[in-house]
Amino acid sequence: MIGEVITATFVISFLAATLRMTVPLLFGTIGEAFAERSGVLNLGIEGMMLMGASVAFTTTFYTGSLWLGVGAAVVVGILLGLLMAFLTVTMGAQQHVSGLAVFFLGMGLSFYLYRIFVGELGGVPPTVTPFRPVHIPILGDIPVLGPILFQQYILVYIALLLVPIAAFIFDRTTLGLQITAVGQNPKAADTAGINVFRIRYLCLLVAGALSAVGGAWFSIAQSSMFLPLMTAGRGWVCIALVVFGNWMPYRILIGALLFGGIDALQTSLQAVGIAFPYRVLQMLPYIFTIIVLVAVARRATYPAALLKPYRREE
Amino acid sequence: MPLQLKAKIGLPKFRIEKRPPPPLLTRVKWYILSVAMSLAVGAILILSAGVNPAVAYYHLFSGALGGKLAITETLWRFTPLLFTGTAVAVAFTCKFWNIGAEGQMLAGATLAAYFGVTFVGLPSWVLIPLVTIAGFLAGAAWAAIPAILRTKFGADDVVTTLLGNWIMLYLVGALVEGPWRDPYSLWPESPAIASAARFPTLIPGYRIHIGLIIAVLISLLFLLIMRRSVWGYQLKAVGANPRAAGFAGINVSRVLITAAILSGGIAGIAGVNELCGTHFHLKGIAMGAVGELSWGYGYAGVFIAMLGGLHPIGVMLAAFFMAIMINGSQAMYRATGVYSPFWRVMQGVIMICLLIGIFMINYRVRRVKE
Repeated sequence: MIGEVITATFVISFLAATLRMTVPLLFGTIGEAFAERSGVLNLGIEGMMLMGASVAFTTTFYTGSLWLGVGAAVVVGILLGLLMAFLTVTMGAQQHVSGLAVFFLGMGLSFYLYRIFVGELGGVPPTVTPFRPVHIPILGDIPVLGPILFQQYILVYIALLLVPIAAFIFDRTTLGLQITAVGQNPKAADTAGINVFRIRYLCLLVAGALSAVGGAWFSIAQSSMFLPLMTAGRGWVCIALVVFGNWMPYRILIGALLFGGIDALQTSLQAVGIAFPYRVLQMLPYIFTIIVLVAVARRATYPAALLKPYRREE
Repeated sequence: MPLQLKAKIGLPKFRIEKRPPPPLLTRVKWYILSVAMSLAVGAILILSAGVNPAVAYYHLFSGALGGKLAITETLWRFTPLLFTGTAVAVAFTCKFWNIGAEGQMLAGATLAAYFGVTFVGLPSWVLIPLVTIAGFLAGAAWAAIPAILRTKFGADDVVTTLLGNWIMLYLVGALVEGPWRDPYSLWPESPAIASAARFPTLIPGYRIHIGLIIAVLISLLFLLIMRRSVWGYQLKAVGANPRAAGFAGINVSRVLITAAILSGGIAGIAGVNELCGTHFHLKGIAMGAVGELSWGYGYAGVFIAMLGGLHPIGVMLAAFFMAIMINGSQAMYRATGVYSPFWRVMQGVIMICLLIGIFMINYRVRRVKE
């Protein structure tokens, strides 16, 4: 049976699907890495993703422009990041509670706004024309590699580009060093003249914007409609992937590919109609995430100031 | 040079100072202000749906509290919310971040459904305790896994408990769409549980049932544990500072796992409550995202526990408030067309406003003169 399923076409479409599944995870996880490196756990990520999905869909629905949809997701992500920063940085509220508050807000608001602007849930939901894969001339025609790498969505390339960019920022720029300093020892960083508050605000804005774009992927690229809770826990997976990647972009990429692979495997197997209950296949990515988290948890080196609000005692 | 930079950008216009715990009146004032603030934000949301907020709020509150039917319906919703709120509060007290009450509810309902469908011949006084205990055990087991993963391997409990929700959701989906599916039913659900397993109603003709009494009893038990028992003290000590608790000779891992078992067990009973008090069939997946049976009550439990300040009485008030919001939102929807997910948004709004209120209780904001 397996031999019938695993054909060259299956492998190619599986690998291409893996890259696609990686997109929201990379956006979310790289964003989360920014937040956590600066010392703030952003548990609101799932809510931010859902808001991104909702707003991107609505904007595209009315304007017909997918990139405006992405832009709207960025804006709403920045706003939610600002809120998260206000709660955790300015007020120094407990980060778990603040994150859950933002999660609830995003979860509820994502379908409240959808119902105000688009209409009832249920029935046949309205759709937009989603992003289509772009066939890159010449490169796209290479056998095997072409369909996997060069007939992809633009968002796939952007997501993959995020990895070296984030790695460059973290390792090679003053800003990156400042972020790490703030996340390791905010007091020392403050004494050295780094504005702890500003760095943390900045990181949360980046986290919000990136995760919202990751959410937009679901409603205007992967599918063409918005459904409640359509991100299906991917935001929480991102939080696990940051730990897996030890807060380093290239390792995060490996984690995202692994998870994307499992996700793609379950959808690909469903698509070829393998005789296996598809609900059980749907569980696989979550079980896999938990196993991975357990495997790496002890070796993870959390940013020292994570979860600790910073306040100047003057 | 660094000092100069600091002077340039580091000048705060406001200074935040910790202040000594203020008198009760100030606390109460800020709690009330937080609620007022969230109702104001809610009013903006209602306005954006093109409805007069005063009218909408009137329908919300009268729909939840006006008349015998409305009140019993609110209490009927209050029951699962009190279970899940208490469940989460137990876990959060020792900072076991259990946001998996949704999955634990489903686990409880699943095992209870197995017993409820299988043991048809048993009398009520055997079957009801049996399914309740089964639900407790299943929920407890589902919560114990993340607790063990945290204490043994250091795996983050927020992530593992939450992902457990999705695993359990698909498991329930697999069961009711596959081997457990009632062949005579139009949609995926298990056969009905034995009528002896159904929770008796409290008032004939209304939906409230003995689940309400069980929920209140468990909540009072939680109060008693927190007030009177050594374990309640340990729970708080671990929550306040696990290291210090460990140095003081408390077995932190054991406290965490016990808390997880209790928490998951209570959430499991919430699942039994929905199965045996309301639905009578194990049901599948709603909106592709929550159990039709758990319906987001597990997530709401997180909100309720925090709104109630993790205190048993506070949780009870918060659960009742949430029940008003949910039940009232439906009435508001019928009367004005303001969409019923309103209550889901309000969960986030209220929590944020409450965080601001708590901040204002603990800190003083002073304008700094240059």
